[in-house]
Amino acid sequence: MTLHDLLIGPFAEFSFMRRALAGIVALSAGASPIGVLLMLRRMSLTGDAMAHAILPGAAAGFLVAGLDLLPMAAGGLVAGLVVALLSGLVSRATPLKEDASLASFYLISLALGVTLVSIGGSNVDLMHVLFGSVLAMDDQALVLIAGVATVSLVALAVIYRPLVIECVDPGFLATVSRLGPVVHLTFLGLVVLNLVAGYQALGTLLSVGLMMLPAAAARFWARSLGRLMLVAFAAAVISGFCGLLVSYHLGLPSGPAIVLVAGVGYGVSLALGPVDGVLTGLVRRRHRAA
Amino acid sequence: MSLALIGSSTPVPAAGPRTGGVRVLLENVTVAFDGHPAIHHLTGELQPGALLAVVGPNGAGKSTLLRALAGRQRLASGRIGIEPRRRGTVAYLPQQAQIDRSFPIGVRDLVSSGLWGRIGAFGGLGRRERVEVERALGAVGLEGFEARGIGTLSGGQLQRALFARLILQDAPLILLDEPFAAIDQRTVRDLMELIGRWHGEGRTVVAVLHDLEQVRSHFPETLLLAREPIAWGATREVLASENLLRARAMTEAFDDAAGLCALGATA
Repeated sequence: MTLHDLLIGPFAEFSFMRRALAGIVALSAGASPIGVLLMLRRMSLTGDAMAHAILPGAAAGFLVAGLDLLPMAAGGLVAGLVVALLSGLVSRATPLKEDASLASFYLISLALGVTLVSIGGSNVDLMHVLFGSVLAMDDQALVLIAGVATVSLVALAVIYRPLVIECVDPGFLATVSRLGPVVHLTFLGLVVLNLVAGYQALGTLLSVGLMMLPAAAARFWARSLGRLMLVAFAAAVISGFCGLLVSYHLGLPSGPAIVLVAGVGYGVSLALGPVDGVLTGLVRRRHRAA
Repeated sequence: MSLALIGSSTPVPAAGPRTGGVRVLLENVTVAFDGHPAIHHLTGELQPGALLAVVGPNGAGKSTLLRALAGRQRLASGRIGIEPRRRGTVAYLPQQAQIDRSFPIGVRDLVSSGLWGRIGAFGGLGRRERVEVERALGAVGLEGFEARGIGTLSGGQLQRALFARLILQDAPLILLDEPFAAIDQRTVRDLMELIGRWHGEGRTVVAVLHDLEQVRSHFPETLLLAREPIAWGATREVLASENLLRARAMTEAFDDAAGLCALGATA
């Protein structure tokens, strides 16, 4: 087997591989900056909670329309937004913290979703919803992912300043502007949108992996916000490329393969990353005179 | 007609008046936590351009008062009037600014956020604004720190940066909650000088402080608070020893057996 067969052949030969790669690149463009912001806002687990929260919507869409992308995506989007809104409202109206109310609502949502799937579908369908499949990357899915990435990047550009200030000093933003809650909810909406876009290729539960693992890895390579986002994007694309190849050559489902490769990237970054990497930190560098 | 602009012919900028303090009226203000008063029936008035120190023991309601003035604390009774009040009138520096110092943002960007009232969420920083940011950083002695991440600053340097942000906020009412806690003497001196300059510009400044010597030498007016207002007026008279003794007699713990306040019913 030549290097060409290993790295390029599958993409040159099969259009579903090219489509999957295109989808992953588009998905990474929207999801990785969002992952970086989630990480910096100490909301890394929120993405995971949201991925669970969209399940009943996707399942309801599946029950109504079968294995069809748009109804499932729309259902997932609605379920995710409802959970985000409800937990936001509860945390503002009561002393319950947002993570506690989010946990309550996503667990209810998840239980509902699993019930729906088990009522209406076989285990094969459930596996599809959970793990995704590159074979499913048809025109409709690509357009959806590209659309979500576009919306995400534009929306992020629009809310960037209040979002950053809300991360750094929420109290200050509250004294100069009323945008804080709006920006927070918009951001959660973008999280849900990107998870819904990702589930076709990666599955509901693993699409959060392409969001968070590259972001966490980027932390060990860059310091500024812009560079963190760029590194996370690059890491997500590389994970997608390598993960698809692993999935192709070893006959593994694409979602777990991509996320596992991203996990390896995270491990390597953790150990060797130039910014606060574990092994890098062991090397004593000479300090300056002043 | 807004009080601050009497005798001024300049048009009002949208973000708030550029100079001139505001009048602050406190009418029978009570703030309660779980039914227990943290500030009890506080009445008083701050003239435009006043420089007020708020002193008192821990748990006396000083921070609560500042939060209430900043509009971030619900009152159990009474009223706080700030005239004129519009967006950007109040600049508030909380006690432990809830700043996430691990967030990757530079000193210049953090300080520039003080211009929010003018540029908002979308406006750009023009050449004039950039010069103002540089000048504010210079005024607090942070030249050369522009590109540093806020995570690399010491406590005093961060406080200087936050004062630079206050300069850019250009607010007529400035609220400072223990601005000099855990700050070295040189920084205190520099920042105190800045407060004096704000006073000179006619802004109304309220600061919570613990160092009575500092209050005596820099603040013409003082409010001594021990949940109940003990005294409010000229610093020398307020900080008389019998007042301080009364303030010290305040018990910190809430009295769970306390009945309802008779005055509370009239609010």
